[in-house]
Amino acid sequence: MKYNPRVNEAVARVEGIANGHPYQPEKISQGALQILKTLSECLIEITGMDAITLQPAAGAHGEMTGLLIVRAYHHSQGRPRKKVLIPDSAHGTNPATAAMVDYAVENLKSDSRGMVDITALEAQMSEDVAALMLTNPNTLGVFEQEIHKIADILHAKGGLLYMDGANMNALVGKVRPGDFGVDVMHLNLHKTFSTPHGGGGPGSGPVAIKKKLEPFLPAPVLMTKSDGTLGFEYNRPQSVGRVRAFYGNFGMFVRALAYIQANGPDGLRQTTEDAVLNANYIRKGLEGTYDLPYSTPTMHEVVFSDKVQAKKGVRTMDIAKRLIDYGFHPYTTAFPLIVPGALMIEPTESESKEEMDLFIEAMKSIAEEVQEDPQTVLDAPHSTRVSRLDETAAARKPVLRWKPAV
Amino acid sequence: MAYPTDRKYTKEHEWIQASGATATVGITDHAQESLGDIVFVELPKVGAELAAGKTFGTVESVKAVSDLYAPASGTVTEINADLATSPEKVNKDPHGSWMMKITLKNAGELDALLSAADYEKFVAEEAGH
Repeated sequence: MKYNPRVNEAVARVEGIANGHPYQPEKISQGALQILKTLSECLIEITGMDAITLQPAAGAHGEMTGLLIVRAYHHSQGRPRKKVLIPDSAHGTNPATAAMVDYAVENLKSDSRGMVDITALEAQMSEDVAALMLTNPNTLGVFEQEIHKIADILHAKGGLLYMDGANMNALVGKVRPGDFGVDVMHLNLHKTFSTPHGGGGPGSGPVAIKKKLEPFLPAPVLMTKSDGTLGFEYNRPQSVGRVRAFYGNFGMFVRALAYIQANGPDGLRQTTEDAVLNANYIRKGLEGTYDLPYSTPTMHEVVFSDKVQAKKGVRTMDIAKRLIDYGFHPYTTAFPLIVPGALMIEPTESESKEEMDLFIEAMKSIAEEVQEDPQTVLDAPHSTRVSRLDETAAARKPVLRWKPAV
Repeated sequence: MAYPTDRKYTKEHEWIQASGATATVGITDHAQESLGDIVFVELPKVGAELAAGKTFGTVESVKAVSDLYAPASGTVTEINADLATSPEKVNKDPHGSWMMKITLKNAGELDALLSAADYEKFVAEEAGH
């Protein structure tokens, strides 16, 4: 999702919302607090979790908050644990988060379907494992079909299941993580709920949790007071503490809520269905032309490899550069790492069939060029003001200071 | 590229060449090939104690940053300082561009590592996946 609907901006510019200030007394901030409450309730409903904090300012920040909660929980059980399990298909932020929260990271292998290897998980699971950090669907665009079993294996030894919500746009309105055994997860409002992603966002990474983790939520927590008005509760002795000034990136809450309410449940479900349909349309269109390393059903994104083209010396980055000449923003290159030479394509729900047909045509045309005239692809882009930049030289011999010409 | 038979290999794609109680360590041709253009190599300090299978440094390419795993336990006696300014040497000559020399704690550890032929087979299987 990179689509930022105009309705979001219209709502964010409503005077009372745009001019609100976090230092306003609670009494005259009831409208803003109601926005937080309604958004929280919507997100809880969508995820099937029990409670939420909107504080974290980005996905990785949400991960860290989530793992701090995991750590506080295990401490309260009198059994601090040492390790976090992370599948080899995970986003790089997952191991970084676990390390920052002072856990050792243990890699978990994927099986031939691109899913968590259940036997490996059973062997690696112990009472030293604090949590498994799982992205579902994972970075191959594959839904972890044995997610219930995965949750059971963790829970049997007292571990928690953390879900990275990066790919939640494949689930909204269809499946709820809270129903398949997730204990703690983060959402990216800037990915799944249409708030700005590029250009500095700012991001927003709410963390949703199950009931047993509620005491550890960052303070303050939004609450309804005895007189029925809304306010913040600061007296949370087991809280992991505040993770963000005020209550997070409020402007993003307004936009996410506008998006959710403008679509409604049926609209959100349609969005998910369209995103999955579009990814499968691309898959069908390019299967055979590009190597598909995992044939497992595709959700919201499809991952090809450059195996066929590599025989001509053309790699994923070269194809991506050539795509610029055809007028398309390139796909994600070389990720996930478990696919050598990956081409990760996520059309999202907002691309039309016409646009995708043009894209498929361009990709097919590039594949033909690779066979007939690979040099054209290797030298791409040709139509841009600046030709291909030498990333390697830039990294090996960086010029870090500007020096005036004398 | 053929893998030299005068050394042992790990499944994490390092090579180790022992001569008595000292050994030289580097990464394989397959490793440099999958990493792509290497732009930075981070190595341990001389005197650092290494445990077999644990990370001893990182190698950074334009695509990714990867950990380096010690093929055997020991103490670092020398590092290839040349790689700090010329990391591209690892791409050009992976089996000649060593990264560090270590004094082996237990030379027997090397017996568990792969021979050149076994490593080549392992790489072929991994690629077929």
